[in-house]
Amino acid sequence: MNELDLLTAITVFVLSVLVGVEVISKVPATLHTPLMSGSNSVHGIVVIGAMLIAAESHTWLGYVLAFVAMVFGAMNVVGGYVVTDRMLEMFRARPSEKKDV
Amino acid sequence: MDTVSNAVHYVFLGTAACFVLGLHLMNHPRTARRGNAISAGAMAVAIAATVWLVIHEDTITTTGWLVLVSGGLIGAALGLYAAREVKMTAMPQLVSLFNAVGGGAAALIAVNDLLQADHPAALGARVSLPGALDIVIGAVTFSGSLIAAGKLQGVVSGAPVVFPGARLLNVLLPASFVAGTVWLVLSPDSLGALYGLVAVALLFGVTMVLPIGGADMPVVIALLNAFTGSAVAMAGFVLNETALIIAGMLVSSSGGILTKLMADAMNRSIANIVVGGFGTGDSAPAAVAGGAPAQVRPVSADDVAIQLAYASKVIFVPGYGLAAAQAQHELGDLAKLLSDNGVDVSYAVHPVAGRMPGHMNVLLAEANVPYTQLKEMDDVNPEFPQADVALVIGANDVTNPIARKPGNAISGMPILDVDKAKSVVVIKRSMGHGYAGIDNELYTDPKTGMFFTDAKKGLSELKSAVGEFVG
Repeated sequence: MNELDLLTAITVFVLSVLVGVEVISKVPATLHTPLMSGSNSVHGIVVIGAMLIAAESHTWLGYVLAFVAMVFGAMNVVGGYVVTDRMLEMFRARPSEKKDV
Repeated sequence: MDTVSNAVHYVFLGTAACFVLGLHLMNHPRTARRGNAISAGAMAVAIAATVWLVIHEDTITTTGWLVLVSGGLIGAALGLYAAREVKMTAMPQLVSLFNAVGGGAAALIAVNDLLQADHPAALGARVSLPGALDIVIGAVTFSGSLIAAGKLQGVVSGAPVVFPGARLLNVLLPASFVAGTVWLVLSPDSLGALYGLVAVALLFGVTMVLPIGGADMPVVIALLNAFTGSAVAMAGFVLNETALIIAGMLVSSSGGILTKLMADAMNRSIANIVVGGFGTGDSAPAAVAGGAPAQVRPVSADDVAIQLAYASKVIFVPGYGLAAAQAQHELGDLAKLLSDNGVDVSYAVHPVAGRMPGHMNVLLAEANVPYTQLKEMDDVNPEFPQADVALVIGANDVTNPIARKPGNAISGMPILDVDKAKSVVVIKRSMGHGYAGIDNELYTDPKTGMFFTDAKKGLSELKSAVGEFVG
């Protein structure tokens, strides 16, 4: 790991914050709960980190930590996406508003 | 970098782009579901690519595979079960739980990385500093989110829990983070520093959330969401994986924005909420001028039904009482009956109605309310003067006109202008106070009728009474 990597990582960090602010400030209040649940599933990407540490572990303590991290991460990813989908499925414009037609 | 590792990083880049696209599509109810599917698909591809990378690098042991596969399957099964079974009213607890596990996983990654290194001292501040931050933020999020989930579920008292010395502890603990972080950066192989940091961070999560009252939960959940994102981003620095940094910071900015919006909607600063205040009993209830109890006008289901059935415009104002009574279906049925008979129906939703940002909208969507009838505060406020009836169901502080006057606990808080409607009906079980603990002037307004009943029972009575008039 060299200095260039660190600089790149910090650049990515700062740009991500700006992109996040730009994208998310346009979401209406109606969708704030699904947004939070959806962004919750995005941080489930931590499961990839858990997989990488499972691949590097060689001690029993390392295995235990990696196992717990895997359980947490997988729960976060799967649960997050499924529950967000369940919520969004309920947000529909229903044909009942036909009175203006 | 070899070819496979390069290819995997291109996949991660694509994944990050899909996350941004997915969140962007969340800006309209029509496209939001597709956005979530794109994000989920990208995550699946990223996980598959990581499996490929793990196989290719071939440092994993058989036990490592066992840990990876069994942990993944168990976690996925738990997540799937929780997501399928959760009631929409319990959504804040689940989001809080996912925050906890996300933060916990991020902290464990840093702990593991620092423990696994053969010579941690050789890692340098490039790894040990984000590692220490990851541990602090991740562990605080883990224990703090569990306490928040416990409060929402009623396992831990929803009232602010204050114990002697709590304030002092909340100053001492962050100070010890700084000390612990510096120690760990200076000597990354010190196990004492590592475990000490984990312990104080876990403790701080508990002491931070315990004193915060239930009314402030929308802010707390948003804040913890932002913390989890930062913890994941720090784990990205530790592992040198930009995908984690991008995804983590996207979540962190989303949590940050929502925290700010929620705090603004309560007219309070984030610091003020975290330190405690509103609902903690230390803001003295504002004394109401004049000693005599103000007169209220109780009304019956039939009175209200007549008003509703002959109105041309009705605005419903759902609040926490509706969510607590789980009466969203009854409200949806009543509203449908009215709109089928030509009444213009809409719902005025205050940003902090419910227990997390936008929670009320989810409850109403569950009750088949079309999202086109859901209106945000700024859009609906100019409509109140045209409304024949404003029906308030279990919302208190967010409808209190006293917020427009200076010198009380909710002064300056943005409210719904319910008092400007031609007539107002409030469904409430008693004259009890809201979280702010002050009288609501709306209830003593001569044009307000009080319908004292449980939200669920009251709304079904209204529905059958309205049915008599329009049927």
